[in-house]
Amino acid sequence: MKILVCISNVPDTTSKINFTADHTAFDTTGVQFVINPNDEYGLTRAMWLKEKQGAALHVATVGGASVEPTMRKALAIGADEAIRIDAEPADGLFVARQLAEVVKNGGYDLVIAGRESIDYNGGMVPGMMAALLDMNFVNNCIGLEVDGNKAVCMREIDGGKETLETTLPLVIGGQKGLVEESDLRIPNMRGIMMARQKKLNVVPPVDANPGTQDQRFDKPAPKGAVKLVAPDQLDQLINLLHKEAKVI
Amino acid sequence: MSVLVYTESEKGKFKKSALEVASYASALARQMGTEAVALAVNAENTAVLGQHGIAKVLQLTDARLESFNPRALATALQQAAESNRAKVIVVSSSADARFMAPLLAGKLKAGYAPNVVALPDSTEPLVVKRTVFSNKGFAHTQVDGSLAIIGLSNNAYGLEESTGAATASPFAPQLPDSDFRAKVTATDKATDKISIADADIVVSGGRGLKGPENWGMIEELAQVLGAATACSKPVSDMGWRPHSEHVGQTGRPVASNLYIAIGISGAIQHLAGVNASKVKLVINNDPEAPFFKAADYGVVGDAFQVVPELIEKLKQFKAENA
Ligand SMILES: Cc1cc2nc3c(=O)[nH]c(=O)nc-3n(C[C@H](O)[C@H](O)[C@H](O)COP(=O)(O)OP(=O)(O)OC[C@H]3O[C@@H](n4cnc5c(N)ncnc54)[C@H](O)[C@@H]3O)c2cc1C
Ligand SMILES: Nc1ncnc2c1ncn2[C@@H]1O[C@H](COP(=O)(O)O)[C@@H](O)[C@H]1O
Repeated sequence: MKILVCISNVPDTTSKINFTADHTAFDTTGVQFVINPNDEYGLTRAMWLKEKQGAALHVATVGGASVEPTMRKALAIGADEAIRIDAEPADGLFVARQLAEVVKNGGYDLVIAGRESIDYNGGMVPGMMAALLDMNFVNNCIGLEVDGNKAVCMREIDGGKETLETTLPLVIGGQKGLVEESDLRIPNMRGIMMARQKKLNVVPPVDANPGTQDQRFDKPAPKGAVKLVAPDQLDQLINLLHKEAKVI
Repeated sequence: MSVLVYTESEKGKFKKSALEVASYASALARQMGTEAVALAVNAENTAVLGQHGIAKVLQLTDARLESFNPRALATALQQAAESNRAKVIVVSSSADARFMAPLLAGKLKAGYAPNVVALPDSTEPLVVKRTVFSNKGFAHTQVDGSLAIIGLSNNAYGLEESTGAATASPFAPQLPDSDFRAKVTATDKATDKISIADADIVVSGGRGLKGPENWGMIEELAQVLGAATACSKPVSDMGWRPHSEHVGQTGRPVASNLYIAIGISGAIQHLAGVNASKVKLVINNDPEAPFFKAADYGVVGDAFQVVPELIEKLKQFKAENA
């Protein structure tokens, strides 16, 4: 089995979000980048498949040279090879087309991506890739078992979960549940050393138009101060929720 | 020309989010000087869509679509878009819609703008406002091409009533067998509980509640309010509550009218996932808890005293306002 884990390089979850003075771009000054949390769960799940079922495991990212530290981290966690598609990720459709090309040329059976990137919250790259490649697809995947070319997936639905049977080749949009928080792999010294020897292939992008363009960014209006109600004045709280906020 | 909207139903009945996307699509259609057409799958009572501004309902009836099939649905929407010369397709932010929309966009090679919170800034070109960076920012995004897909955030637009009537006609798209390659073999869904996605009110508990044995009052508060229950990430990681209740940046997103956080500190990753809620009430015994900065209403107090008392007072309030 050949597995490709798609990794997006995103601001650390604790980052302060600011935009450039002309409001046209995210201001990366002082921002620490990490593997997208949803992709971390997918990468660990892929490591188990590699270790228990003998898969080849590659990771791919669409991005400039600045994403390489994040890719080295994925190699240190245990991926065998990394592929960087050398282009700025213009939008979800553009990224999906680049990754679809890599999947097609590499003959991958299983593509593990995340349910969404925590930066632009698109939640679209894995599904678009599946459509472009005519591969099976399960989104919000919280459980994955592979046996031969059969796959059993658990999907989070509103109010519960659903079990699906499908076949490889398969793309999933994964999230927590693929593995538990306590299972997440972090790079150790040996992994970091070994990662230096592993291949990080840089490939040129294919021609593709994005479907969207972000023209302008703003921050939400600053929030008014909280209205505090004393614990012995709960009638007043109910009154506020009913009359002022009109939510009960 | 038209605006096409996918109106989701469950067991034949339209979901609240379906009426919201219908309201949005008909307002958008007015803005574009055209009409709104809805695709409804195995739904009864399509007349209700007319009350939310829909002119025409395409009624798809197919037993194979009893369990959600995003691929077949994308095919159906593609054909509906062609026959109605749609310029925009509107979908909700339900788990099912988020499963289907990217497949549809990939198939059509169309631009897709998710998490949209308002009617377009302009329609020529189409520019929409959407949340990005987990509600820490907004992007005004231009969607190019002859057909655009808009994913509307839950609760962002609300319901609009109209006096119109919708004409319904059967719709029978060609659904190839290859769209049925995945099979749903089990569904595990609490039928007696409101889901976080559909709830107007969400009651959420954190590590401040000390242990799973203390969730009785959370459940009761939720029941009195007709709310869904949720929790912070460590609470689900420790197994106090099921993972399906974990909300936040790595859990389920919440965009309810009222979010009540009890014994939750308000870590940045938690806030990122719940900040889209309109009104936030925080109950925490630490006046310095960061959540108070993001809250609209707050009670500084011990949850074990405040919550039971709040339940009693709400019961009284509900009895008086019934
Ligand atoms: C990559 C990443 C992703 C994450 N994603 C998420 C996510 O999606 N969702 C999420 O929730 N977290 C997430 N976290 C974890 C987050 O950083 C916090 O650790 C977590 O939200 C804290 O949960 P808590 O508020 O329940 O617990 P704590 O931070 O321990 O807070 C408990 C609160 O209870 C209060 N309290 C104690 N006793 C009482 C009492 N008797 N009455 C009233 N109040 C009381 C305390 O004052 C305190 O404020 C993520 C972290 C990382 C690194
Ligand atoms: N630039 C990128 N490079 C590689 N994978 C990506 C990139 N952007 C998104 N992905 C993958 O697609 C998933 C969903 O991302 P998105 O659609 O951007 O929210 C992510 O979790 C990644 O697995």
